[in-house]
Amino acid sequence: MIDKKKRRGKRHTTPENEIITLENVSKAYATGAPALNGVNLHISRGEFVFIVGDSGSGKSTMIKLLLRELTPTSGNISVMGYDLVKIKHRKIPKFRRNLGIVFQDFRLLKDRNVYENVAFAQRIIQVSNKEIKRNVPSILATVGLAGKYKAKPKQLSGGEQQRVALARALVNRPTILLADEPTGNLDPKNSWEIMKLLEQINENGTTVLVVTHNREIVNAMKKRVVTMKKGVIVSDEEKGGYIDED
Amino acid sequence: MRKKVVISMRISTFFYTIGQGFRNIIRNKWFSLASVATIGACLFLFGIFYAILSNFQHIVKTMEEGVSVAVFFKEGVSDTRISEIGDLIARRVEVSNVDFVSAEEAWESFKDDYLGEYVDGFTENPLSESAHYVIYLSDVSMQPALVTYLESIEDIRRINKSEVTANTLSGINALIAYVSLGIIAILFAVSIFLISNTVTIGISVRKEEINIMKYIGATDFFVRSPFVIEGMLIGLIGSLLPLGIIYFIYNNVILYVTERFEMLTKLLDFLPVEAIFQILLPVSIAMGVGIGFIGSIVTVRKHLRV
Repeated sequence: MIDKKKRRGKRHTTPENEIITLENVSKAYATGAPALNGVNLHISRGEFVFIVGDSGSGKSTMIKLLLRELTPTSGNISVMGYDLVKIKHRKIPKFRRNLGIVFQDFRLLKDRNVYENVAFAQRIIQVSNKEIKRNVPSILATVGLAGKYKAKPKQLSGGEQQRVALARALVNRPTILLADEPTGNLDPKNSWEIMKLLEQINENGTTVLVVTHNREIVNAMKKRVVTMKKGVIVSDEEKGGYIDED
Repeated sequence: MRKKVVISMRISTFFYTIGQGFRNIIRNKWFSLASVATIGACLFLFGIFYAILSNFQHIVKTMEEGVSVAVFFKEGVSDTRISEIGDLIARRVEVSNVDFVSAEEAWESFKDDYLGEYVDGFTENPLSESAHYVIYLSDVSMQPALVTYLESIEDIRRINKSEVTANTLSGINALIAYVSLGIIAILFAVSIFLISNTVTIGISVRKEEINIMKYIGATDFFVRSPFVIEGMLIGLIGSLLPLGIIYFIYNNVILYVTERFEMLTKLLDFLPVEAIFQILLPVSIAMGVGIGFIGSIVTVRKHLRV
C-alpha cells in the first residue's frame, strides 16, 4: 500500500485516503523560539506512525495541535475532514470523539476503579448504561484486564494502569489513537506489551500515532518514523529507525 | 458499539450528572459544609427576619384597621344630605369601610360607657347633634389626602383624626420594607460569593478529571452541569435546614412570649406558623437554589473555558 523508499517532507498519501494533514504549520509561543516551523505532514487512514525527537523538538506541540488544544500561528491542519484552524468552539467535543488519547502518566481517576475509569469515557459521550455494561468488560478483556475491573489505579502496576488508559481511549472506538510517550513510565516488558496492543489496535483499522523516546521499540517495530528536531521534520521514513543525535 | 453522537441528554446521563453533583459535595465535604452552613445562616436570618417582619406588619395592619376618621355635621343638615355625603366618602379609594353612627347610637354608647345608673337624669338626647361617620382607611398613609377631601365638603362641621398614629405606622412600615430589602440584598451577595468559592475549589480539585473529560470529547454542558447541580444542591440543603429550625422554634417562641407576657397578647396578635411558611418556604427554597445556581453558573463560566 505504501511504498518503502525514503521520503523526506514529501506527500506519501493519496489525498482521499488522508486522515491527518499538516500544511506549512508553524506555532510560536509568546516567549522563546518557534515550537513548530513550517511543518508538512500527511498521514493516511490505517497507518502506524512513530513521532520521535528530543524534548523541545516540537512533538508535544504537534500532539496539542492535533487535539485542537492549541491553534497554529500559521498554516493549515485538517484531521478527519475537520479544519482545526476554523473549527467552531462548540464543534470541538464532537471532533475529539474521533480520537483516543493515551498519556505517559496514564491520567486515570484515582478515586474510581478500573471499570469506572473506562465507563467514564462512555458516560461523557452519553452512551446508555446498558451499552456501557456491554462495552466496558469487552474492552477490558481486549487489554487483558478482565479480572481487575474492581481494582483502584494505585493497586495496579504501571503497565496495568497504562492498559486501563488504553481501554479508556479505545472504548469509544476512535478512528485515530494518539499516544504521547505511552511507555515513558514503563519497564521494557510492559513497554513491549503496550506496543503489541497498539499494533493489534492498528491492525483492526485504527490509525495510530505514537510519540516516543524509546529507541529500541522504534527500531524493532519497523513502522513509519517521523523525526523532529527544533520544530521541523528532519526525516520521514517508511519502516524507519530511530535517528541518533550527533 | 456506539457510533452516533447523542446530542439530547439521556436519562442515564441526567442521573449521572446529579450523582456527580452529590459526589462533588461529598468529596469536597468541608467546603460544602461551610457553604451549606453559611447559606443556612443567611437564610436562617432571613427567615427569622421575615417571621418578625410579617408579625410586625400583621400587628401594624391590625392597628391600622383600627385607625379611623370621624366626621360630624353642621347643625340642621338633613338626613338626605348626610347619606349623600356618606356615598361620596364611600367612593374614595382611601376608604375601606364607612360606618354611620346616629345621634341615638352615640348617646347609647356614651351612656353605657360613662354614665351607667346616673342616666335617669336625662330626658332628651344631649348628643342630638352628634350623628357622625366613622371612616376606616385602606391605607393609613392616605389619611392626609382623605382629610383634605373631607374638609372641602360643605356641611361637615368637624373632623376627628389621629394624625400621630397614622404617620408613625406608615413610617414604620416603610422603614421595615427598606431595612428588609437591604438585608436581603447583602445576604444574597455574601451567599453568592461563598457558593462561587466552593465551586471554584471544586473545579480546582477536579482539574485533572475535567482535562480528561475535555480530551475525550465532553461538551461544555456535560462538564459544567455537575458543578451547577452541586451549587443548587448546596443552596437547597442550605435552605431546608434553617426552615426546619425556624419551624421548630417559631411556635415555641410564640408560646413563650404569650405565656410570659400575658398582657401583650391582648395587644399583639401573632401569625400562625402556617401563615409564615406559606410564603417563607417557597421563597427560602427559591432563594437557596437560586443563589446556588447563580453562584455556580457564574463560576463555571469564568473558570471552565472548556
